[in-house]
Amino acid sequence: MSPGSRLSAGPRIGVVDYGAGNLVSIQQALTSVGAQVSFVRDVEALAGSDAVVVPGVGAASPAMERLRRQGLVDPLRAWLVADRPFLGICLGLQLLFESSDEDGATTLGALSGTTTLLIDAPTLPHIGWNQVVRRRRHALFDGIEDGADFYFVHSYAGAPRGGLDDETVLAETTHGGTFVSVVARGSLLGVQFHPERSGSDGLRLLGNFVDLVRAA
Amino acid sequence: MLRRRVIPCLDVADGRVVKGTRFVDLVDEGDPPELAERYAAEGADELVFLDITAAPERRGTLLDIVERTARRAFIPLTVGGGVRSVADMRDVLRAGADKVALNTAAVADPTLIRRCAARFGRQAVVVALDARRRRSRDATEPPTWEVVIKGGRQATGLDVIAWTDRAVDLGAGELLVTSIDRDGTGEGFDTELLLAITSRVRVPVIASGGAAGPADFVSAIVDGGADAVLAASIFHRRIHAIADVKAAMAAAGLPVRLVSEAVA
Repeated sequence: MSPGSRLSAGPRIGVVDYGAGNLVSIQQALTSVGAQVSFVRDVEALAGSDAVVVPGVGAASPAMERLRRQGLVDPLRAWLVADRPFLGICLGLQLLFESSDEDGATTLGALSGTTTLLIDAPTLPHIGWNQVVRRRRHALFDGIEDGADFYFVHSYAGAPRGGLDDETVLAETTHGGTFVSVVARGSLLGVQFHPERSGSDGLRLLGNFVDLVRAA
Repeated sequence: MLRRRVIPCLDVADGRVVKGTRFVDLVDEGDPPELAERYAAEGADELVFLDITAAPERRGTLLDIVERTARRAFIPLTVGGGVRSVADMRDVLRAGADKVALNTAAVADPTLIRRCAARFGRQAVVVALDARRRRSRDATEPPTWEVVIKGGRQATGLDVIAWTDRAVDLGAGELLVTSIDRDGTGEGFDTELLLAITSRVRVPVIASGGAAGPADFVSAIVDGGADAVLAASIFHRRIHAIADVKAAMAAAGLPVRLVSEAVA
């Protein structure tokens, strides 16, 4: 691609397709906020991306198995070590931790801590709109009110080693117990909710992510 | 705090939204993606599509509608009707659905629930059931309900409570409970049915069948213990706006998501 076309077009965002559910929504949402979206199914597609989004729902073990088969586990680890722009959504956030209690899977290990079952949840899975409360400022939430509602659908969440006070924690959400709903460390971002299904605030968040990628 | 959800239901037949009383006398209510976009703008928390024709040869039409809807409405979409296998579920999710509702096929083969949950996670598996109240011999007996299929035309002999317990055991992440007695009647949700289920299961329960006004939605949650409330014709025909329902819920002290761009 020539430098000229890079200026006119939005950043190239690779959405990792490892067979886990709905990719239409994330593709449409990212496109609508100015990104050029392609699906990443192998290491070559990864290399051509300015940023990577790992979406996904479900359990960690089959997800890791499919990433392994596609030869993406080590390249994703290297991507994260290099602190290149990354957004994990739902399971894509959980995979950043060391392991998952759900099925004992060893995950990417970019963040210290494990994925654990939600504590004291009155209903499980945690399905629906819930408030995301920030613990610090971050450009990912520019223009979004603190405590805004986002759509969740999960039973497990990543638990950083340092708990809610861990330096990677950006926001928290309460359903019975309080869990970490957003992490941010350098160019690594992860959200437990689904911004692509969270109406206008979700689109705003994805637009902020695209701006961060553009600035990177 | 987790919000109680208001969910418009779009019954789809031959690519159009329809609504009838007790699943008959279908009336055309519009284009699914268009209605979906309108509801998202008006503050719907989620959408449910039920393909009530659900003949295998119409699968292509349904997948196309799901995809067009997912591209227009940035809120969660549950799709039911005609999902009979893990491969069917994969196709519907790939078209843009977030959750799939299993009904008749799960009654015929309950292991379908387990297989779908193992593949896509239990949070993506909604078990939908239609319940008909059994006539009790005397009024002092607690009520019981039977699972019916094929739009209420066929009894299964399954007790609703036994079935919901089993469905959750097998991997249902959510239950969509329709009272066939109340559906389309405007007599209000069957809160006894809802409470009989919600007092036993930990998964979220969506109440369906019988909504006439905002007070019914409040009652399904307060008296029935429902996490979400679903309705079709009162929204399609603009008898009540989603914002009105949410205002009544908020006034009753229930947590709701108020959408700033929502137009009442």
